Amino acid sequence: MATAHSKSAARWMIAPAVFVLLVWMLVPLCMTLYFSFADYRPLRGTFEPWIGFDNYVRFFSSSAFLSAVGTTLWMVTGILSITIIGGVLMALLLDRPIFGQGIVRILVIAPFFVMPTVSALVWKNMFFNVDNGLFSYLFKGLGMQPYDFLSQAPLFSIVVIVAWQWLPFATLILLTAVQSLDSEQLEASEMDGAPALSRFRFIILPHLSRAITVVILIQTIFLLSIFAEIFVTTNGAFGTRTLTYLVYQRVLESQNVGLGSAGGIVAVILANIIAIFLMRIVGKNLDS
Amino acid sequence: MARAITTKQKMMWTVLAWAFGLLMFFPILWTFLTSFKTESTAIADPPVWFFFDWTLENYTAVQERSNYPKALMNSIIISVGSTILGILIAVPAAWSMAFVPGKRTKDVLLWMLSTKMLPAVGVLYPLVLLAKWLGVMDSRILLVVVLMLINLPIIVWMLYTYFKEIPGEILEASRMDGADLRSEILYVLTPMALPGIASTVLLNIILAWNEAFWTILLTTVNAAPLTAFIASFSAPEGLFYAKLSAASMMAIAPILIMGWFSQKQLVRGLTFGAVK
Repeated sequence: MATAHSKSAARWMIAPAVFVLLVWMLVPLCMTLYFSFADYRPLRGTFEPWIGFDNYVRFFSSSAFLSAVGTTLWMVTGILSITIIGGVLMALLLDRPIFGQGIVRILVIAPFFVMPTVSALVWKNMFFNVDNGLFSYLFKGLGMQPYDFLSQAPLFSIVVIVAWQWLPFATLILLTAVQSLDSEQLEASEMDGAPALSRFRFIILPHLSRAITVVILIQTIFLLSIFAEIFVTTNGAFGTRTLTYLVYQRVLESQNVGLGSAGGIVAVILANIIAIFLMRIVGKNLDS
Repeated sequence: MARAITTKQKMMWTVLAWAFGLLMFFPILWTFLTSFKTESTAIADPPVWFFFDWTLENYTAVQERSNYPKALMNSIIISVGSTILGILIAVPAAWSMAFVPGKRTKDVLLWMLSTKMLPAVGVLYPLVLLAKWLGVMDSRILLVVVLMLINLPIIVWMLYTYFKEIPGEILEASRMDGADLRSEILYVLTPMALPGIASTVLLNIILAWNEAFWTILLTTVNAAPLTAFIASFSAPEGLFYAKLSAASMMAIAPILIMGWFSQKQLVRGLTFGAVK
């Protein structure tokens, strides 16, 4: 048993971590909250400390907000569908006994370690570029018109880039889950003559459901804050302005801090709603 | 017992898996190949694959022309610095939560995680304002502190799960033998905890190296790490694919290698123990 002495020592050992995180969370967040009720435009020298909910009303009623919410939803849903479906398939494939499994695994996981600005620029220039991109050569080779991905399908292009980065993450986690599957159960069902599809539907998928939920929640939290990929490809133009990007533009580009802060608070609330679900799963696992 | 599987089936799955693997890896491979081409070969129509005059000129050009060495230095200082600082703060916290758990340990852990869920954009302006006010805008120390704070929850969490696996009986035995807190940590825990700490360090260097929100928005010239350096290539100047590729390879190569070593830790570190 721990002694009273070691208990009080333990308190002191947690203190620095709790303190810095508390300051980190509270100070800037309170400032954002404060600014969100102010008319604060530093470039014009305007500072009116209290204008009530005007910023929130303006933010919610602007067309930019609605389109940003739409863009965010499309982007997150698109990336999630690709990474989850692709991730399940890849995980099942990598779970098979194959030659050179370790190497294939390394190849699949590699994109996750590429820094976002690099992957965005490489895709933008060397693949999507209409004049010299690899896709244009491919299209021409197939006798089709080259397609200008980033201006004609900008949202789709960004979805492809980010999905490429996150597919390894989903694959890795789902693979971990697949490998913990009880193989005897699978064998038994195989002997009973269950077809592959129903084995997947009734044994594998239920087993993976929790891992899939976790992947969805964690990815959503990260995907809501996609920034660099938009920053270096379209800079928010052509309908690729997400909520995060809209707030960034309001705060740093047009320097309407009050309005941007209201948007920031909205983003915090949205992320928290998702975080609650994630916390619940993580918390349950702590007990077991 | 392993399922009976014919060689033919195994071959089929192998081909399929390798095809997918190569498809995923292809953009990196293409960047790698392009980085050794001349600018005109890089955009040759039809594309040139392996048979060209391999050249290192892009690598020298990137290192000479721009402030690449400085960006590399900044990346190293920021990622390693923030990780070390985070470890210093997190080890005592994780240690005490794992070995002297209180009633509220679980709540503290979950609360720490919840700070990780805070969208960066929600605190963007205050941070810029505070940085300017303190006169640390565009400085390495600012990024070391900020990246330490955003990764601290993951560091604490990973260390906690590793420490949890150290059997408590060993601690009790050492206490029986009269070891005090200091020697308990120094001679009993540290040797057992080192592998876990090493994995945590590895994963967090990777995360900090690739962080591309704060590193872009809080730096301009002096503290700009590789993420920001590469982003400056987004305004193209004539033919630049080969140089872009060379710069990209130099920015991702060290982390790619570290990443391959930390696959397993990735699952632990980023799912917070929710997937085992």
